[in-house]
Amino acid sequence: MSIEARNISKTFGDFHALRNVTLKVNDGELVALLGPSGSGKTTLLRIIAGLEEADADPSSAILFHGEDVSASRAGQRRVGFVFQHYALFRNMTVFDNIAFGLRVRPRRQRPTESAIRKKVEELLHLIHLRELAPRFPSQLSGGQRQRVALARALAIEPRVLLLDEPFGALDAKVRHGLRRWLRRLHDEIHVTSLLVTHDQEEALEVADRVAVMRDGRIEQEGTPEEVYHRPNSEFVMDFMGNVNLFHGRIESGKAVFGSLVLDHAGAKVPDGQGARLFVRPFDLDISRQQNGLPGMKARVTRVQLAGAQVRIELSSESGETLQVEMPHSRFRERAVAPSDDVFVTLQDSRIFLEEQTHRGEVS
Amino acid sequence: MNANPLTRSDPRWLRALLIALTVLFLGLFLILPLATVFLEALRKGVGAYFASFRDPAARSAIRLTLLTAGIAVPCNLAFGLVASWAIAKFEFKGKSMLITLIDLPFAVSPVISGLIYVLMFGAQGWFGPWLAAHHVHIIFAVPGIVLATIFVTFPFVARELIPLMQEQDTDEEYAAISLGASGWQTFWRVTLPNVKWALLYGVVLCNARAMGEFGAVSVVSGHIRGLTNTMPLHVEILYNEYNFVAAFAVASLLALLALATLIAKTALESRIRTGAQAVEPLEMETIA
Repeated sequence: MSIEARNISKTFGDFHALRNVTLKVNDGELVALLGPSGSGKTTLLRIIAGLEEADADPSSAILFHGEDVSASRAGQRRVGFVFQHYALFRNMTVFDNIAFGLRVRPRRQRPTESAIRKKVEELLHLIHLRELAPRFPSQLSGGQRQRVALARALAIEPRVLLLDEPFGALDAKVRHGLRRWLRRLHDEIHVTSLLVTHDQEEALEVADRVAVMRDGRIEQEGTPEEVYHRPNSEFVMDFMGNVNLFHGRIESGKAVFGSLVLDHAGAKVPDGQGARLFVRPFDLDISRQQNGLPGMKARVTRVQLAGAQVRIELSSESGETLQVEMPHSRFRERAVAPSDDVFVTLQDSRIFLEEQTHRGEVS
Repeated sequence: MNANPLTRSDPRWLRALLIALTVLFLGLFLILPLATVFLEALRKGVGAYFASFRDPAARSAIRLTLLTAGIAVPCNLAFGLVASWAIAKFEFKGKSMLITLIDLPFAVSPVISGLIYVLMFGAQGWFGPWLAAHHVHIIFAVPGIVLATIFVTFPFVARELIPLMQEQDTDEEYAAISLGASGWQTFWRVTLPNVKWALLYGVVLCNARAMGEFGAVSVVSGHIRGLTNTMPLHVEILYNEYNFVAAFAVASLLALLALATLIAKTALESRIRTGAQAVEPLEMETIA
């Protein structure tokens, strides 16, 4: 069951939450809508679910498996919706929460009580919470509540599953466990899913495809690898994780960032054009001597050894702070310590021209 | 429980003094008068006490009070639900104005509340001639008493529900709707159970006030014995006739109602509190 949102706009008073957004989620796919708060991702999700209405526009539509559902109410769309704050029915047990969607069906479509019981027990098994069936939501931990919310959404055998920051209210450790579990679950049941998150790590880990949103628009859409390694804008690059930023300009086909001079391939650009250089911390390396690679002088200010990677903070000649990350093994070879003078070299980087960076900021 | 840091540093005598003052004040102004009601009612023995209720006028007053509360409380229950739903779940212009208006009966003297109805429906009132022409009696009749009581008691349920419903936001309702529940099912299965204790609390307070209201009812009643006298009005008449035992006997019923209300209120308050408080989860995360 595919999901397609076509030309969706939504305004709240003067605020444009969505600006003509089009998104397609293929059958069985798990897509993450990623963006900072206020970028419109939750609004888009709620419009797809039918909990919110898009601005009237003849060209706009919400299609499930090619069928326009724009006119049908939320209850008729058969979507499983998982809320950030769980929204479990506090006056019902876990069992009754999961059974709710089946019990409110019109008499003729309602399964028998024993069929409902069987279905709920299957789902309890799926979320590993069989023994908690008689508990009330207030007696569960956050992670357990969210799993119950997921089971409740799955009980109605939804055509699509929509998750609104499902792990946003959980602490880091639970969040990690739960999102790996969600991915495995998705591989098992293959329900077309759209997940909203502001956590790029979550989006990259869980999703088949990621749509990065900003100011009510989709900035970039692609596989996690694509948006991470080939961001099409400064915003996406920055949003995908830590970056080092350098300001400079284009001069006779070269990009000049202080003492750092790089080739700038691609379209002809007039001299003096402003440019920005983005480098991921792990694409920087440190050497004692200049080794022919493009690089710049810097002084080590801080070394952080705790963690999977060693994080080194440096201060460049012009006073900018640089972040470098490397595996412990390489760090032992480099053997640098605070206040050492070193060369920082580039392995990979992306250059964005100033003109390009302003794209999308026009309001 | 966290002890108030002040209680540890304050001198013992100050604590004793403040507690003693509170107890003395309560005793003098609350417990003593309440005890007097029962003492006076039983002054001439249990026989005289129960004889007071055999008086047809007393019975009619009790019946009218029950009838009035029986109409006013359900009306305000319905109104309170509708108003709090509208205020808590929708955004609209003039919302704060509406909340203020709901409190109006608390701000206005009950006598004024009664007078409003006399001015509207009385013989010389706006609708007076029309009502007279159609033989509808509102003032100095039961409908007037019911209307005045509804007016005076309508904030109770709404005021209890509005803050609770606002705090609970609309996610659970949205969840119910997305699971296919109709609006009606959502209301009965999700919204109402979530506010039931607060609703009952409001109803208890509303009922106490409906049965005990004097001022507004006094203005519109006309004090027709056996017809338009409620219990509080009946007490006043008996007292003015120096029939103290009967007056205090009927008053003791109202006092008992007050005590029952207090007990119900206390019980409900703890229910609402435990209902609103999430129990800290003890379970560790168990996920593979």
